Amino acid sequence: MDFDGLIPQLLNLFASAMLILAFAMLSQRRILRLIHLFTLQGLSVVGATLVVAWVTGQHHLYFSAALTLLLKAILIPWLLHKLIDRLNVRWDIETLLNIPTMMLVGIVLVIIAFNLAGPISQLSGSIARGTLGIALACVLLSFMMMITRAKAIPQVIGFLAMENALFFAATAATYGMPMVVELGIALDVLVGILILGVFMFQIREQFDSLDIRHLEKLKED
Amino acid sequence: MSWTAWLSQILAIVLALALAPLLMGWINQCRAWLQGRRAPGIGQPYRLLHKLFHKESVIAEAASPFFRAAPYVVFGCMALACGIVPTLSTELPLSPAADAIALVGLFAVARVFISLAAMDSGTAFGSLGARREMFIGFLAEPALLAVFFTASLISQSTALTSIVENLAHKEFAIYPSLAFAGIAFCCVSFAENARVPVDNPATHLELTMIHEALILEYSGRHLALIEWAAALKLFAYSCLGIALFCPWGIAEAEDPLALLVALPALFGKMAAGGAVLALIETLSAKMRIFRVPEFLATAFLLAVIGMLVHFLLGV
Amino acid sequence: MPPGNGGSGVNSGWLPLDWIMLAVAAWGGLGALGILAWRRFFIVSRILFPLGALVGLVLAVLAASALGGGVETAVLAVGLPHLPMHLRLDSLAAFFLIVLGAVGAGVSLFAAGYFRRGEGTPPGLMCAQYHNFLASMAGVLLADDAYAFMVAWECMAMASFFLVTANHKSPEIRQAGFLYLLIAHLGAIAILLCFGVLQAQTGDYTFANLRAQSLPSFWATVAFLLALLGFGAKAGVLPLHVWLPEAHPAAPSPVSALMSGLMLKTALYGLLRVGFDLLHQPQGWWGVLMIALGLATALFGVVFAAVQVDMKRLLAYSSIENIGLAVAGMGLALLFRAHAMPGLAALALTATLYHVASHACFKSLLFVGTGSVLHATGERNLGRLGGLLRKMPWVGWLVLVGVFASAGLPPLSGFVAEWLLLQSFLFTPGLADAFLNMIVPIAAVAIALVAALAGYTMVKFYGVIFLGQPREETLRTAHDAGWWERAGMLWLAAGCVALGLLPTVFIRLIDPVTQQLVGAGLADQAGLYGWWLLTPVTIERASYSPPLFLFGIAAACLLVFWLVRGRYHGHLRRSPPWDCGFAWQTTRMVDTAEGFGQPIRQIFEPFFRVERTLPSPFDIKPVYRSEVSDRFWYALYLPVMRAVEFVARQVGRLQQGRIAIYLLYSFLTLLFMLLMVRR
Repeated sequence: MDFDGLIPQLLNLFASAMLILAFAMLSQRRILRLIHLFTLQGLSVVGATLVVAWVTGQHHLYFSAALTLLLKAILIPWLLHKLIDRLNVRWDIETLLNIPTMMLVGIVLVIIAFNLAGPISQLSGSIARGTLGIALACVLLSFMMMITRAKAIPQVIGFLAMENALFFAATAATYGMPMVVELGIALDVLVGILILGVFMFQIREQFDSLDIRHLEKLKED
Repeated sequence: MSWTAWLSQILAIVLALALAPLLMGWINQCRAWLQGRRAPGIGQPYRLLHKLFHKESVIAEAASPFFRAAPYVVFGCMALACGIVPTLSTELPLSPAADAIALVGLFAVARVFISLAAMDSGTAFGSLGARREMFIGFLAEPALLAVFFTASLISQSTALTSIVENLAHKEFAIYPSLAFAGIAFCCVSFAENARVPVDNPATHLELTMIHEALILEYSGRHLALIEWAAALKLFAYSCLGIALFCPWGIAEAEDPLALLVALPALFGKMAAGGAVLALIETLSAKMRIFRVPEFLATAFLLAVIGMLVHFLLGV
Repeated sequence: MPPGNGGSGVNSGWLPLDWIMLAVAAWGGLGALGILAWRRFFIVSRILFPLGALVGLVLAVLAASALGGGVETAVLAVGLPHLPMHLRLDSLAAFFLIVLGAVGAGVSLFAAGYFRRGEGTPPGLMCAQYHNFLASMAGVLLADDAYAFMVAWECMAMASFFLVTANHKSPEIRQAGFLYLLIAHLGAIAILLCFGVLQAQTGDYTFANLRAQSLPSFWATVAFLLALLGFGAKAGVLPLHVWLPEAHPAAPSPVSALMSGLMLKTALYGLLRVGFDLLHQPQGWWGVLMIALGLATALFGVVFAAVQVDMKRLLAYSSIENIGLAVAGMGLALLFRAHAMPGLAALALTATLYHVASHACFKSLLFVGTGSVLHATGERNLGRLGGLLRKMPWVGWLVLVGVFASAGLPPLSGFVAEWLLLQSFLFTPGLADAFLNMIVPIAAVAIALVAALAGYTMVKFYGVIFLGQPREETLRTAHDAGWWERAGMLWLAAGCVALGLLPTVFIRLIDPVTQQLVGAGLADQAGLYGWWLLTPVTIERASYSPPLFLFGIAAACLLVFWLVRGRYHGHLRRSPPWDCGFAWQTTRMVDTAEGFGQPIRQIFEPFFRVERTLPSPFDIKPVYRSEVSDRFWYALYLPVMRAVEFVARQVGRLQQGRIAIYLLYSFLTLLFMLLMVRR
């Protein structure tokens, strides 16, 4: 079998897995499933990183793959599971827009992302050009997920998914960032989720709910 | 056209007619096993058909000739559909008659006939069923077309045989767009064949039934034909799924020996597919009817995203 | 008096154009005879209308013989001094004349049996306006200069206005007629301005001169947009569609059939004439604009059609949908033409023209069908009909053909057009713009959605009117249509079936048109494998064979019928419906049109402006009412109306009623003029 043909195809496969998962997260109502989807997205980032590492022979990418696996596919999902257990929020979450409308907006975002990434991909000498557009689309979709969810936990997951997409863009388009940057980001994410966890407990203490619309009350009139 | 072509054409139709109830039986069997019940025997659908054919037909007083003609037309449509979809071989004399778009049209003809027949009986449940069926159809039909479009964009053809030849016999390639299309296709087939997340084939609960409400007034040979047509539809959809997403093993033109390989391959894939279907049906709960448009709109949009991904990645 | 031949130079005999002019004149003459036979019902309905049908048939045959036979022109010395009327017969006009003649013949046959004694307008007047309408539509198609075109166009608008307001005693109908007239004139002004731009200050308004000008791209764009506005207003393209669902139902049914089936097509003809013939450097974005507008119109039309409760309004909205599809197809052809891809442009254009012919047949059929239902029951509201198939079998079964064609089901005509349209949208290899390459196939999905919704709408239309049980007692006395009406409907239904089964034959008719407009044709490729197999591009890419399709289904049906009857038995028993054992039900419990449209109303809620009155639980006689109206009316038309009213009121202040003030106005004007002249 032809390996040169296969590698970009594998990367494309991971990219579209990311996109499917981004859309699935956009249209998911249950928090628990959202976490599972997030885990899968982390795994596909790991897969993509491994493929790039293997093709380009850059060893630090193996490290970053391992780090991603540990952090995004094991540690953070575990933390999130703990969090929803403690907060006791396993039920459905409401969305601010109905789901088909969100998907429709999502499609428009994909088209926009493609349009934006088109010129950049032309310059890129990387093995998989189309993936940049998809990564950008994933960023936008995660952003939209953050906008359209009323509860705090899905917003955090949206934030993490956005980070996943950015990481994927960096790996696929430019063969990864320097190790120092990656470590820094990983640490940031970890600290971020811990702070957000504490923050969520505080929100609930204050309002007896995780609905972030309550935060509007904090405004001084 | 050679004799092998006609042979494989006739074989395909006869096989579909004969095996469609078996597939039903197999799925019911798997479902019963998974749910810890005792299965009714794999040949149960045949016995049911036989019994129904023997019974007298009772039709509503208000029904017009349309009502009596509909089961035959629906059956004819499904039989033709099974003749068009490449099940064993891509060399089918009937296949130029209808490409993928016309196949969707064929399913639409059957749907419109059965819905109109249900309205013809002049009962509240009949028109309720017709409304629900058309309402599922108007979302499922474009989604199915979009799935076909994705496959046609890859192979630059809407003819099913060309699509299969292209996907199965050209050099191996991973098509991410087909992954989207595959998910969408699954959703559409669940909806179209009245399977669990959308409709429950086993109940007559008036709040939720769709397919059963449509055929409530049918009995005897008419009901038998409709049940058989439903089995044929499931068979046709399974074959379509196999042809689009798992086409390896389907014989190419002018090769009688490959037919011999294709037959067991088909059996294997069908059995696996039926088991997966039963598993999904066991694991999922039936949706509220107002969630169905959401489900199907998601399928529709996923298929559209599949097309977009095809252009995004340039493959 | 044989008319003078202009173009060909050979004066050896009568050319098709001369015969066609004679036929058109015959329509005019029948109209005049109608005036003479003012109240003689028998003469009008049994002689004049059938003769009109005959003329239509002759016209169609003549136009068919002229198709592809080169261009003929003639100059009629009628009209203003030094401004004769130029006429021209080319393939484009001939194709539309065939549609006009053939469909007009069917509708005229129906009309022969439709108009009844003692119904409002005298039959003679009706006949006059009806035939003037037909003749002026033919005039629009034949005109070869802006002057003749506008005269015919305005005649058409006026004739149809009088026909719409035939029942002018009802205030709603007067209102609908006024709205129609207003928007028609808005469109006419835009068309006039368009011709003004096209002549590029040469002062010569013949189409030959317009064609010869090469406009700078800015002015070409202005002309195109004006044409889109003007013809779009007549065709019912968003947002100028509001008159259509008001005016079409108001007219008597044969007239609705002519308006929906044929008059809208003259607007499409105008768009083709300006966009493809007179303007010859199209720009890509015009096509994109048309595709977007067309798809928006189609989706809007079909969603509204699905929630209507009046059968003629439902059909009118469905016409908006079909016009939208045709405009989208035309836009695609324009896009391909701008990118110099004649083959694909021909495919898209063929699809559009096929759609035009098919829609003319089935929409006329459906409208005249509603006419028969209206006559038999006096009821337009779907909620009070039902079960008519057994009372009116002829109308019921023939309308079923139209319903299937309209729902885009194979093997009838609507499907062929839709199939060709999807084929042309789906494969857009190598458009220069990668973005367009991606967007155009997505448009194919939108078309699929529209087609599926059309199926929903048509099932609702047919099921609620013809199937089930009668919802009112009065329906039990409904009677079937008369023989004239049956003949007319039979002719139109035959058109739907023939267009559906023999696409390769009819594509041969369309071929000269696409050759003329985009320089490529489909006929050779489409029928390469025989008359029964349609292969628009190559056989590997796509093929469709309606005869084989029909044969397959029919063979399977008959075989199964024979086997079941032979192997088992044919015992049948009638009984009250089972209905889950729920015995206490009346016909009022069966879904009405409103109930059938409810899911659509729910899903597409943002499209509509819904007004609901919900009953309170304590009402003894609870009333539920829900009315769906058009957002455009409130968002676009009402503000404009208010603004116009405001301006009018301000202007009205000038009117004081005192002579001295008016004299002052005149004096000031005079002063102003003098000052102007001095400078």
